[in-house]
Amino acid sequence: MKMSKSGISSPRTPYLLLLPGIGFLFTFFIWPIANLAQTSTQTPVAGGDTGSYEQTLRWRNYIDAFVENKEQFGRSFLYASLATILALAIAYPLAYAIAFKAGKLKNVLLVLVVAPFFTSFLLRTIAWKQILGEQGFVVPTLRSLHIIAPSTTLTSSAFAVVAGMTYNFLPFMTLPLYASIDRIDPRTLEASGDLYANGFTTFRKVTFPLSLPGVVAGTLLTFIPAAGDYVNAAILGSPETKMIGNVIDSRFFKIVDYPTAAALSFTLMAAILVLVTVYIRKAGTEELV
Amino acid sequence: MRKVSRWFQRNLIRIYAGVAFTYLLIPIAYTVAFSFNDGGKSNLIWKGFTFNNWLNPCGAPEVCTALGNSIKIGFLATTFATILGTMIAFAIGRHKFRGRSATNLLIFLPMATPEIVLGASLLSLFLTLKINPGFWPTVIAHVMFCISFVVVTVKARIASLDPRLEQAAMDLYANEVETFRRVTFPLVAPGIAGAALLAFSLSFDDFIITNFNSGTMTTFPKFVYVSAARGIPPQANVIGSSMFLIALVIVILGQIVGRKRAVK
Repeated sequence: MKMSKSGISSPRTPYLLLLPGIGFLFTFFIWPIANLAQTSTQTPVAGGDTGSYEQTLRWRNYIDAFVENKEQFGRSFLYASLATILALAIAYPLAYAIAFKAGKLKNVLLVLVVAPFFTSFLLRTIAWKQILGEQGFVVPTLRSLHIIAPSTTLTSSAFAVVAGMTYNFLPFMTLPLYASIDRIDPRTLEASGDLYANGFTTFRKVTFPLSLPGVVAGTLLTFIPAAGDYVNAAILGSPETKMIGNVIDSRFFKIVDYPTAAALSFTLMAAILVLVTVYIRKAGTEELV
Repeated sequence: MRKVSRWFQRNLIRIYAGVAFTYLLIPIAYTVAFSFNDGGKSNLIWKGFTFNNWLNPCGAPEVCTALGNSIKIGFLATTFATILGTMIAFAIGRHKFRGRSATNLLIFLPMATPEIVLGASLLSLFLTLKINPGFWPTVIAHVMFCISFVVVTVKARIASLDPRLEQAAMDLYANEVETFRRVTFPLVAPGIAGAALLAFSLSFDDFIITNFNSGTMTTFPKFVYVSAARGIPPQANVIGSSMFLIALVIVILGQIVGRKRAVK
């Protein structure tokens, strides 16, 4: 019988299945990106209204936008990297515990990991602001124990922004890690022990390499949205913690400077794509893409 | 003393996991607790326990308008994204065709693009076409970013199917349409349901892309963001807590149904 892989087999079937969805993505993903590229080299119409621009192919827009905002770019990548590293440090033992130590509680714990998804992330971020704020219970407690100085605050700081980002993206890190750690056959770890490897060596030579696809997927799922995020910086930060997302947002809405916003968006996207490609090459798990 | 440190060493990872879970769940507990606060409009300080907010969730009227919009957008976006995404997933998972890797790349790209770029680019297209941001532009934006997640989820389910089940159906003289209708589709259905739930929760919770494309229309996340500065009314916490409970019930029911099926 001829059918093994194909469902309803006519050479045209796959294309008919693809057409509506791919058409949609071309219209509302590719076209907008192309349109944004076109906007990025425009300049204001001389004597025109605010927000009216014409195409002059001014590539310097990119250089100007970058030079003007290099601090915010640097901060975005710094904060996103810190949040990714912290999330990995928190999520790896957590995923390991769920995969190997949870027993019958496994499913319950997995539900708890995704539980934050069920409440609005804005509500949770604002909850952090209130918990760590002047009227919350953390700051007065730490002050009365003399752990922090009376004038020190926890919100409106780089610390709060990075902590908020780490918190918000933690489930995105934990789930792929769990998926790949759970797939490890515990007998490989026993075998390693039988061959006189101690706990640390077993982790370094067996567990960690086997969980690498999860590490790569988790770090990407954390780093990419974190680099473009501006909500944590807006709620938990101060003007000194502005990230590139905040700049793009205000260029669009407050200053109506579409070309600069477009140029910044492209620079951000290009920087992320380059980093991700290098990272995936280095980690050697190309089948992810 | 030695016993204590031994116990500690053996349970270190469990203690660590406990701390991590506390960290994950603290803001949720806070949100739920403050839905019972008699705090009036700003709800910043604990003032006393009350059921009033739960009995009267539309007490802050803007909250319910925003919630209504979010639910409508969520249902429309989920329906379209699930249909389009499932079709793509079947094409990729069940057929060999030219342009397959290009298709995979096109599915991957929206997930690798920061939300702010997706939102800004779509808005700039709408502005170029002289379409005003609002309800339908927001639905379109949500369908766009949900499709990839649907494709990835359903594709994974299709890939995990045992091809021998379909061969068995064919051996029993089912034709291709019957095989698809009675074997393949029912087996993939839980994956599609999961994808739809994921799409709805992504759409319901989205702020950045929505903020770019919704114009003056409010959604629940937009309402929360805008009112954050002067304090969120406790009714918003009530809605946040109810969504949490509803989702939890759906997940638990799903697990129970799944287990019963597995036992059979």
